[in-house]
Amino acid sequence: MTDVTGPPNALTSGRLPRWATPVLLVVSWAVMLGVFVLMALAGGSDVAIAPALFLGTLLFVVTGFVLSLLVEGLRQAKDRLVTSLVVSAFLVALIPLISVLFTVVSNGRHRFDAAFFSNSMRNVVGEGGGALHAIMGTLEITGMAALISVPIGLLTAIYLVEYGRGPLARAITFFVDVMTGIPSIVAGLFAFAFFALVFADPGIRFGFGGSIALALLMIPVVVRSSEEMLKLVPNELREASYALGVPKWLTILKIVIPTSIAGITTGVTLAIARVIGETAPLLIIAGFTASMNYDLFQNRLMSLPVFVYTQYANPGADVAPYLERAWAAALTLILIVMLLNLIARLVARIFSPQLGR
Amino acid sequence: MRMTTAAASPKATLRPADRIFSGSTLLAGSLILVALAAVAIFLVAQSVPALTADPNELKGSPDSFWAYVGPLAFGSLWAAFLALVMALPLSYGIALFISHYAPRRLAQSLGYVVDLLAAVPSVVFGLWGIKVLAPAVTPLYGWLVENAGWFPLFSPPVSGTGRTILTVAIVLAVMIIPIITAVSREVFLQTPRLHEEAALALGATRWEMIRMAVIPFGRPGMISAAMLGLGRALGETMVVAMVLSPSPKLITIVLTGSQNPSTIAGNIALNFPEAHGIDVNGLIATGLILFAITLVINSVARVVINRRAAFSGAD
Amino acid sequence: MNITRSGGLVAIALVGALALASCAANEGGTGSDTPSDLSGTLAGAGASSQGSAQEAWVAAFQTANPGVTVDYDPSGSGAGREAFIAGGVAFAGTDSALKPEEIDGGFAGCVPDTGYIQVPAYISPIAVIFNVDGVEELNLDAATIAGIFKGDITTWDDPKIAALNEGTTLPSASITAVHRSDDSGTTKNFADYLSKVAPEVWDAEPADPFPYASGEAAQGTSGVVDAVTNGVNTIGYADASKAGDLGVAEIKVGDEFVAYSAEGAAAVVAESPAGDTAGDTDLSITLDRTTTDPSHYPLVLVSYIVTCVEFEDAEAAPLVKSYISYITSEEGQAEAAASAGAAPLSPEVSAQVATVLDTIVTG
Repeated sequence: MTDVTGPPNALTSGRLPRWATPVLLVVSWAVMLGVFVLMALAGGSDVAIAPALFLGTLLFVVTGFVLSLLVEGLRQAKDRLVTSLVVSAFLVALIPLISVLFTVVSNGRHRFDAAFFSNSMRNVVGEGGGALHAIMGTLEITGMAALISVPIGLLTAIYLVEYGRGPLARAITFFVDVMTGIPSIVAGLFAFAFFALVFADPGIRFGFGGSIALALLMIPVVVRSSEEMLKLVPNELREASYALGVPKWLTILKIVIPTSIAGITTGVTLAIARVIGETAPLLIIAGFTASMNYDLFQNRLMSLPVFVYTQYANPGADVAPYLERAWAAALTLILIVMLLNLIARLVARIFSPQLGR
Repeated sequence: MRMTTAAASPKATLRPADRIFSGSTLLAGSLILVALAAVAIFLVAQSVPALTADPNELKGSPDSFWAYVGPLAFGSLWAAFLALVMALPLSYGIALFISHYAPRRLAQSLGYVVDLLAAVPSVVFGLWGIKVLAPAVTPLYGWLVENAGWFPLFSPPVSGTGRTILTVAIVLAVMIIPIITAVSREVFLQTPRLHEEAALALGATRWEMIRMAVIPFGRPGMISAAMLGLGRALGETMVVAMVLSPSPKLITIVLTGSQNPSTIAGNIALNFPEAHGIDVNGLIATGLILFAITLVINSVARVVINRRAAFSGAD
Repeated sequence: MNITRSGGLVAIALVGALALASCAANEGGTGSDTPSDLSGTLAGAGASSQGSAQEAWVAAFQTANPGVTVDYDPSGSGAGREAFIAGGVAFAGTDSALKPEEIDGGFAGCVPDTGYIQVPAYISPIAVIFNVDGVEELNLDAATIAGIFKGDITTWDDPKIAALNEGTTLPSASITAVHRSDDSGTTKNFADYLSKVAPEVWDAEPADPFPYASGEAAQGTSGVVDAVTNGVNTIGYADASKAGDLGVAEIKVGDEFVAYSAEGAAAVVAESPAGDTAGDTDLSITLDRTTTDPSHYPLVLVSYIVTCVEFEDAEAAPLVKSYISYITSEEGQAEAAASAGAAPLSPEVSAQVATVLDTIVTG
């Protein structure tokens, strides 16, 4: 008879069973809730559920680590610890984000109706009215800003990654970093001062100026994120392309950009998202109006963030309809970006090559 | 024939298309320099009157311009630092969760939600800060000051409205989490599959694989992402103006009090509408200082990234 | 490739939006009973305190004159005056009268040496609002208000407050006094009142920024109202129309405690002496804060409209004249009272303003 038991299999022994994690979590929560209920009974106060869950999770992380350390050893214990930390980081971050979204949706739905999208605020006092003029203005201003900044930003990123060597590239890298530090309100001041000088009109207000201010804010984000994504394209791909005799510019257009297109579109959408909600510069250069204006180059042009801000800051005697419009406009703004995001992702999926994941 | 072509080709021929393409990238890069030069000239030209003027003419009659801008610069850095301290671990955690922990299908929709949140306009975060967050944290601050008042960060008295620099920092953190997450997520996803599989094949746990393969590869991108977030936190105007209860000329690290240091951007937004004459120059000069601060921070970050440049695929 | 694609995205979004709605449903084609021959665009800028009143005026004026678009940027008094001086807007709204040095500097939009017009257009009582557990009514005098906002009086059961509020149970909680964090005419008028009536406590010069480093600060009237509403044991000051459901303190005038009222505010304005720069076309006043007449409410803000007598751009003149005539008319003032909670100008002041506006040179 040979001894079939032998030494335990190193790969399967010393593991916590699969059910250990959920059970431990539930037990930790139950323990902490129990403690808080006791405290509430003793103190006569309400049971604080949120802190109980928080401390329960903490207890779970600690006991999970200790248990795993005892049974599985240090390496597995660390792995478990990081896993629970990563998951809890995610959950903790979700709380404020969900709270923001919930606040916007629950407050915005009251006025999220047809009238809101077919009316401007012209001749509207108190209830009624809509934000069509502001929606148009935001699309025009941001669209123009994207038209200016995406080509410039992307080409600059390509220059920095593929061509740029020496002092000029270093200077551009450096000054793009500097640009990320332009406070949005300074960009607005600059656009205002610049166009007031150029057109000799000290009260100048027009949408295109807003686009320029937003483009100033967008360009560094586009450059920075595209640069990172282009850098991550493996050199082997480029070299393989050169080896096949493909010219450099075609390599960039057909190999490098498609490989990083998902990251680049993310960067561009992020950049748009970064500026579409800017209020301060638009307040200065694009101005404030209650009427429709389709002309980017003449007269005041309303935008959604300015609309939200002025509805909040300058309400009439009856505040409620103004606040409802403000929240509805905020909801609209988020939905617009969501739509843009969706389109960008679709584009990215169509054009990016099938990778390993 | 073939032989001759092969023999002639080692010397790379410069095609016109190549030249046009590289030329246009160079043009775009130079355009940025020109635009920035224009902004810089504007800022400096507008700032000089404030820098050379008698400080008594500036708002609040400070001893010097530097005494005016100092507390504001401190406030900007302090708020941005707090926001970054809160946002960085969370953002990297979320990014790792999406890229390496969550089931693939879930990960995609989560990534989408995070991108979406980057789009919530700052005015909305401002409204949320005043109407939801500040009332919610007021009791917590009261508890902190009561029980941890000996700790310098929580010295009494407590704010009665919760509109403190910590609240602002939380809102800023929530604002920059999506930005940092989105960029670092993309970077983590770009980790070469082979590196990861090699680590796992050698018996590494998932965390060891991330520590040895994913993070070293993504570190420059992670720093870049943090810098993007920091830039936004430093320059954020509306949230600070709407949420903070500022007290100019004050430098304090107390997180829960009624009087908080103001920030440069917030101060410009609050004071610009009613400013005239030399005060406008003074405000623009503070903008120039913010510019300079970001410049220094970014330069330091660049140095750190460049030390790690060996990991870039393009080099 | 990607460039055209991203551009395409934007273009698609734009075209889509344009196709969805080519024109706002409420614009264009609004007939009016009395067709007006006025047309064009009129731009004004200035005090945000006038913002909601201007919105009501603009709406009514545009309805009566479909060809006209009036834009009022509520960007702040200083910004408005600056824009008007530089000739950027045809009229400015301002919470504080033009300064002598601004007048001496001349106005780019007006024909040189033809002077300017400055008339009161918007009167708003300032309310002292509070949110204290269990306290419904509160009586305060100027010295106490000054002490609270300066930080000398720190708890609600302070003897100075208790003495004015016999029979009210005041909590022993600390006071959170909320003031404006942005420069504002409301702060200036509030401080002006306190420094005139209680100079021994309020020793700071009245100005747009809040002078003391005490209490909490919030942006704009809406911010102060939010802070007071959401905080605990708070007190603040704001345009009376925005007080909402908050408690409003009655302030001591003479020997009585007076709640704010439109009549009381208008009465103070009507009986206040002319200001330093006042003249034929300048109706600025120095508010009589120290009045002891209980029918007056002296904690009030007056906002002016500033414009030209003779415009460089002659086409602007009839528009400005008819618009400002409308807003200072009884009808316009009633509109502002209904929509923005303003106190209407008294008929006498309104008549004076009309005489001044007649001097605007049209054509």
